[in-house]
Amino acid sequence: MSDHLGACKARWGINRMDFLVPPGLYAIGTPTPEAPVLVTANYKMTYDLVRRVLAGRNVWLLVLETFGINVWCAAGKGTFGTGELVRRVAESGLAKVVTHRRVTLPILGAPGIAAHEVLKQTGFSVRYATIRAEDLPEYLDNGERTTPAMRELSFTMYERLVLVPVEIVLVLKTLLVLGGGLYLAALILAGSSAALTALLGYLGAVFTGIALGPVLLPFIPGRSFAVKGALAGLAFSAVFYAVAGGALWSWPVQLASFLAFPAVSSFYTLNFTGCTTYTSRSGVKKEMRLSLPVLGGALVASLCLALVGTLVK
Amino acid sequence: MKGFRYLSNVATLELDQGRCIGCGRCLEVCPHQVFVLEARRACIGDRDACMECGACAGNCPVDAISVDSGVGCATGIINEWLREKKIPGLGGGSCG
Repeated sequence: MSDHLGACKARWGINRMDFLVPPGLYAIGTPTPEAPVLVTANYKMTYDLVRRVLAGRNVWLLVLETFGINVWCAAGKGTFGTGELVRRVAESGLAKVVTHRRVTLPILGAPGIAAHEVLKQTGFSVRYATIRAEDLPEYLDNGERTTPAMRELSFTMYERLVLVPVEIVLVLKTLLVLGGGLYLAALILAGSSAALTALLGYLGAVFTGIALGPVLLPFIPGRSFAVKGALAGLAFSAVFYAVAGGALWSWPVQLASFLAFPAVSSFYTLNFTGCTTYTSRSGVKKEMRLSLPVLGGALVASLCLALVGTLVK
Repeated sequence: MKGFRYLSNVATLELDQGRCIGCGRCLEVCPHQVFVLEARRACIGDRDACMECGACAGNCPVDAISVDSGVGCATGIINEWLREKKIPGLGGGSCG
């Protein structure tokens, strides 16, 4: 239960850095020198999950120092990497603890590892076991063989949902600055009620891009994240128009809302590509080259429209 | 990956089949089943499924694979572009 509460907090970025497990070699159960050596990261959520699924078994667990980052992200950064694995194997005296010369790694750790280098430098050969820790028991019972299902990535609604909180926390500072600026500008130009409307619309568009776009990802048409975000933003604009009494706005302001909100949502959904496990960096670059000028243009145009709409009223 | 497909014709993944020794490591580490083994040589069966994580290139013992891998979120790429042009970025916003 306290693990669960801690995990929830960490997802919101609270005390995230307290979520470290000391790196090194751990025994789960009473492993023999022949028992397999599983390698993981020192992010507590990862470590707890691995320990939970391996409960009741006798295996070695080698925890790498990834500074509290999960396997996938740490592998991308290189902290879950060849150098750290080689160092940890030497430091833990693994060669004296076990008689075999195999270490078993999560498949998503592979981007940080050069298996042939690990073998050369430590004498231990690397096996990539499964993507999900939950599949480890089956893998071990299976004679340490990986089935195609264990190699298959998923990106379920729940898996997408848990990524949203930390994304929100990451943009809070930007929200404060831009939202505050927008509110003040609208306050001076058009009064407090218009300022509040503009602020709520902006926050709603951000939330649509950060939360709604990612959660509804496969249900929004198109492959491009910028397009998906823009479509979600367009839907939000329509809802906001209806709820906030948009029929009473001047036409330039109406038009501005349908330009600016989708642009904002689009950017934040595009940014979610960093959290997925299927978007390529080259694809994101292409999307950005195409979409950033459009989004920027839409924002500038909507600011001009809003200004005109406010001044001519 | 079932139910998810990203843009076509963008991945930078390249395989030099002449160097390949058919060890199958790339098939083992790829989370998107991009590679297939044919006549004891790896080949790229589904390049568009590649997310450019770099696992295959890093684990290839004969350096037969190349791919441009790295940060994949918009904020990260903007910061990277700003760094290349030596413009100080807004900081924040990138994941850890």
